[in-house]
Amino acid sequence: MEGPDLTGRAPGQQSLNPTAAAGAAALPSVLRLRALGLFAYPITGPLFALIVIFVVFSLGTSTFMNAGNMSLIAQQSVVIGTLALGQTLIVLVSGIDLADGAIMVLGTVVAGSYATHGDALTALLLAFVVCVIVASVNGLVITKFRLPPFIATLGMFTIVAAGARLYTQSRSFPITSDFLAVLGSGPDFGAVTVTFGSMLWVLLTLALGYALNETAWGVRVYAIGNSPSAARLNGVNVTRVVFSVYALAGVFYAFAAWQALGRTPIADPSGYQIANLDSITAVVIGGTSLFGGRGGVAGTFAGTLIVVALKNGLTQAGIDSLYQQIATGALVMLAVGVDQYLGRGQRA
Amino acid sequence: MISAASALAMHATGLTKRFGHVVAMEDADFELAKGEILAVVGDNGAGKTTLIKTLTGALIPDGGQVFLDGQPISFSTPLDARRAGIETVYQELAVATQLDIAQNMFLGRELRKPGLLGVVFRQLDKKQMRRLAAERMRGLGIHIRSTSQAVETLSGGQRQAVAVARAAAWGRKVVILDEPTAALGVRETQRVLDLIRRVRDQGLSVVLISHSMPEVFAIADRIHIHRLGRRAAVVSPRTTAMSDVVAVMTGALKPDGVVSALLASPAELAPKQRFQ
Repeated sequence: MEGPDLTGRAPGQQSLNPTAAAGAAALPSVLRLRALGLFAYPITGPLFALIVIFVVFSLGTSTFMNAGNMSLIAQQSVVIGTLALGQTLIVLVSGIDLADGAIMVLGTVVAGSYATHGDALTALLLAFVVCVIVASVNGLVITKFRLPPFIATLGMFTIVAAGARLYTQSRSFPITSDFLAVLGSGPDFGAVTVTFGSMLWVLLTLALGYALNETAWGVRVYAIGNSPSAARLNGVNVTRVVFSVYALAGVFYAFAAWQALGRTPIADPSGYQIANLDSITAVVIGGTSLFGGRGGVAGTFAGTLIVVALKNGLTQAGIDSLYQQIATGALVMLAVGVDQYLGRGQRA
Repeated sequence: MISAASALAMHATGLTKRFGHVVAMEDADFELAKGEILAVVGDNGAGKTTLIKTLTGALIPDGGQVFLDGQPISFSTPLDARRAGIETVYQELAVATQLDIAQNMFLGRELRKPGLLGVVFRQLDKKQMRRLAAERMRGLGIHIRSTSQAVETLSGGQRQAVAVARAAAWGRKVVILDEPTAALGVRETQRVLDLIRRVRDQGLSVVLISHSMPEVFAIADRIHIHRLGRRAAVVSPRTTAMSDVVAVMTGALKPDGVVSALLASPAELAPKQRFQ
């Protein structure tokens, strides 16, 4: 009697009003409830889509489902997949990074050019330093000067892409060092190679997943993406956490640069020109909300595989690559549409 | 004299705050007894928010002194006030709706696991945080199915209850609530008011800013009436009628037309230099 009855209600229940529950209007509401129950986990949708894609192509083509092709899909995933890990972090705090691909390319040419006369380890370390510094400048511009992430990183994208070409005078550097290209190789299991790059991708995904889900920093990243003012009022140093997100994303871009050198052992300043859009596509298809605060690296892992497997499967089925792009575009819109429909875009 | 002052959880004298030419607060006094619910009422623009912000470190006063447990204290950030045991529930509900209840309770003050996992791997002690959050909610009579429930699945009143519970859990001395029922329906308002009473009954002092006179008269032990940037009067809802409170608030009635419920005389609390 004394205790107020603040019993928890089922998700979505409060949006049901009694009059709407009657008659024909009830149907969409019920569907909405069902969908919310299952899709309350952001990973459900992408995982479902991934399974559908694998089943369809396994049945539809004879060349898709075999160990060799699975290894290939993993290898085709690592660069965008690693890049997308950094992008996920940024999207989680309601940001976006249009410069991630350009920063990665800068990393590859810095390492590639240094490796022509210096040792490979120093070359790689230089790439890490450069990537983290450039990504941190993004973070600084966004947190200190309060530029919208879209504009700040659009500017950085143009500057870095041009900068990389100026720095190299538009030359490419073939990678001769085994160490720099090591991620493209790996142990053989029969006819199948599992590359170190694939392993690293999985490892990085797990590490970032741990940081996001098991540490205070991770909780704060989600809290900031959800409501920066609530986070601030609770004593979270929003500026510092957002800056750390951009800086840490730079580490992933550097790993992506290393992956790229393993995948194609040439550092080309004009390569990976739409890697930024590909990484955003992987993040969005993976169910991370562009509004921030929802999603995660598991989804991005699945999202990357969806994009790559779709491309791979359609190629195996002999379908024009332009249709592949149409399919990917449709998937992006579907993913964002679902996000909106489930009310995740609502600001509370 | 000493007994009156020692019954106070917090007080302030001569608080002044200007924004350019605008004087938001001038020579305002404040007193909050231990274990009471003090309602702060005033017309729009009377300076309630300025007063509260000064007490919680969100604003630094140009003049005057704040005391906590009789000791002079000055906060330069809201974090200082929190460290001193003063928690605030802001009008714009400061909960992260996509986080769960336990995460919200511990946001900014997360607990890590003991030993290597916590120190080296910085791993959160989720179980412990959920357990403590559940314990705290139960202690305040809030029934929640699970503290791992996202706050967005809760109703407005439940969300407010989470915010109040968080403040009560961390506030060692004072909990300040800025219009906690403004967005709530009648039933939910009742529940939140019950909750506020329980917070007081646990020994905390509560400052409640409210625009709703019936609510103030239902719950407050004393009423601080703010007018034109200063405290006009402090009255008891038992000795003063609602219409008189409104009259003082709007200036229709002089402050000395109501029975004062001040515990300590301004002279005994004032810093000495004011009279030197």
